[in-house]
Amino acid sequence: MKVLVPVKRVVDANVKVRVNADNTDIDTANLKMAINPFCEIAVEEAVRLKEAGVASEVVVVTVGPKASQEQLRTAMALGADRGVHIETEETLVPLSIAKLLNAVQQKEQAQLIILGKQTIDGDNNQTGQMLAALANLPQATFASEVKVEGDKLAVTREIDGGLQSVAVTLPAVVTADLRLNEPRYAKLPNIMKAKRKPLETLSIDDLGVSLKQHQTVLKVTPPAERQGGVMVASVAELAEKLKNEAKVI
Amino acid sequence: MATLVLAEHDNASLKLDTAKVVACGHAIGAEVDILIAGHECAAAVESARQLAGVRNILVADSAQFAQGFADNVSQLIVDLASDYEHILAAASSQGKDTLPRVSALLDVAQLSEVVEVISTDTFVRPIYAGNAMATVQSLDAKKVLTVRSSSFDAVANDGAANVVAIDKVYESLTQFVSQSLTESERPELGAASVVVSGGRGMGSGENFAMLEQLADKLGGALGASRAAVDAGFVSNDLQVGQTGKIVAPDLYIAVGISGAIQHLAGMKDSKVIVAINKDPEAPIFQIADYGLEADLFEAVPQLLELI
Repeated sequence: MKVLVPVKRVVDANVKVRVNADNTDIDTANLKMAINPFCEIAVEEAVRLKEAGVASEVVVVTVGPKASQEQLRTAMALGADRGVHIETEETLVPLSIAKLLNAVQQKEQAQLIILGKQTIDGDNNQTGQMLAALANLPQATFASEVKVEGDKLAVTREIDGGLQSVAVTLPAVVTADLRLNEPRYAKLPNIMKAKRKPLETLSIDDLGVSLKQHQTVLKVTPPAERQGGVMVASVAELAEKLKNEAKVI
Repeated sequence: MATLVLAEHDNASLKLDTAKVVACGHAIGAEVDILIAGHECAAAVESARQLAGVRNILVADSAQFAQGFADNVSQLIVDLASDYEHILAAASSQGKDTLPRVSALLDVAQLSEVVEVISTDTFVRPIYAGNAMATVQSLDAKKVLTVRSSSFDAVANDGAANVVAIDKVYESLTQFVSQSLTESERPELGAASVVVSGGRGMGSGENFAMLEQLADKLGGALGASRAAVDAGFVSNDLQVGQTGKIVAPDLYIAVGISGAIQHLAGMKDSKVIVAINKDPEAPIFQIADYGLEADLFEAVPQLLELI
């Protein structure tokens, strides 16, 4: 079984980002970039399926600038077999990315597509569901456990209020939640080996997908600052302030 | 053109989120209809009818919709979409699962977690874990949005909407196996006016008992940081943060939580934030209205006695 894993290059999760001076975007110059944490979990799950003998090949794919190849190499160092890079300098909305991924899926015909549930830059939580719709496949989002049982996939999903277990027929699209697994670190020999794994570069035109503009970002602003608070000296003072000053209890 | 709101419900009762999404619909300004896709959901329909300023309640009642799965509910919405310019749902696990599928089938982009309506085509939404707010204008003919319910006040319960039965059924590609929901007497995390949250500093699941007491005394809900969930102290659905629940209660009490960017994303719009932490350098103190540098195992029992 072939597994396709879309990954994205994003600003490292631990970096506190700032809005740029002309309020048009986030200032990403010179920031540390990394593979999106949820994508890392998706790669880990695919590699575990390969190690368990369920998956025969793990293909990672990304849409983004030339530098995104770093993240494909990282995914290959973690165990993916080969990479597909759809190169574009444009910032695309999830629907456009889903269309490009659908074109890759038509070529690759993977039985299982695992994505992260959201990227930590756009916080959209859309691409997996959109890809499933375009490819007319079942989806199992926010997965915290995935088991392949013949031509079926048993998935435990994190939903509001608890957990839900569902079964879908393969091929299917799964989006990974935090609890799915603990991603491994890339070992140095594997990082070296990953440099020799195949990486195919395609343009949007190569895939024959025509994209359109769906939205315009008018401005990006910092969130409202909170008023500076006070430190209280004792529990008694805290209780008094909550009762009489903030009047919340 | 009108606005369609996908109701959030469990067949037996309507979730408060729906009343908040209707408020977002009113901010857009068009007439609002609510879609209830479910099975034996008469009680939820009756509650929805009472929501203020709603024109029609469209009810698709069939066993196929019992779980509200994204694949068939999205087909239903797409079939109804010609009458609507805006399609809204709460940014809940169901809304986030379903609406992107609707958007892709309609070939329009979606706006996720909308917190403010500027005009019928322009909306504000947080990006980068709430560290920036993007004002985005949609160029699509139909606008599909998930709404951050903590940013809107629920509409009143004095309406009398018409009920319209929708006779459409679609096979689901998803098979339901089982469900385990966390039993709780406390108010729902997203709807509570007080939230008491614990982090890694709690040390163990047993120690959460004192936060439960505090929550109960204040009539609030229990929350947790990712660290507390990952350590197995409490269940996942209590997680507050970028990837968990987004809450904005009147009072948020963070106990033993350092205040990582991802946690702050889920609670920094709370009206009053209290932090109890023994580390004076903890980032949570930068956004707390009242900070107490103390050992939580001494401070929380004392606080319980004083309130």
